Amino acid sequence: MTVSHFSAVLLFALFTSIVFGITQRAEPRMMIRFGALCFALFVGGTVAASWVMWIIKH
Amino acid sequence: MTTKLQTPAIAGANTMEGSSVKPTPPMMALIAGWLVPGAGHLLLGKYIRGLLLLVSIVGMFAIGIALQGKVYSPNTGEPLDMLGFAGDLGAGALYGLARLLGWGQAPVLIAVADYGTKFIVVSGLLNIVAAVDAHSLASGRKRS
Repeated sequence: MTVSHFSAVLLFALFTSIVFGITQRAEPRMMIRFGALCFALFVGGTVAASWVMWIIKH
Repeated sequence: MTTKLQTPAIAGANTMEGSSVKPTPPMMALIAGWLVPGAGHLLLGKYIRGLLLLVSIVGMFAIGIALQGKVYSPNTGEPLDMLGFAGDLGAGALYGLARLLGWGQAPVLIAVADYGTKFIVVSGLLNIVAAVDAHSLASGRKRS
């Protein structure tokens, strides 16, 4: 099995966010909100870091 | 003025007042959750959470194996390998199964396989977080 770098980021962020959402909040509504926040931060952080690396290289 | 007191830790979320349902001991929830991802939550009757945890952690572990990630062994002498082993061990029975069937023993040669190694370690660490959450629910430290 092979995945692209971006697919790996999406899969990692998805699974990790689900576990963080369930374990770090007590109410189902807050679990979904926190999970979505974690997902956005994981993916957004990776994209931002990628651009920083691109800028450093060029 | 009334003061709202928090539920005592001993009267956990899994106790039902007036019912004959025996509460799950916190240590049992912790150990079951460590051995089988999500089992601690399932024991406490949190079926949706338990299934989501099961799918997420087993899915992550399985993807790590499918990406030809490395499953760490004990006693290699390398500090980083020992940390990796501690992370892998968090996956409980999944780690035992992987060692038993010889999964993840091939050398890591490509970048994607290194991702797989990280997926396996992180699935173990997430399983520990989930098991501790089940313990907190059973002991009443976490409300619901």
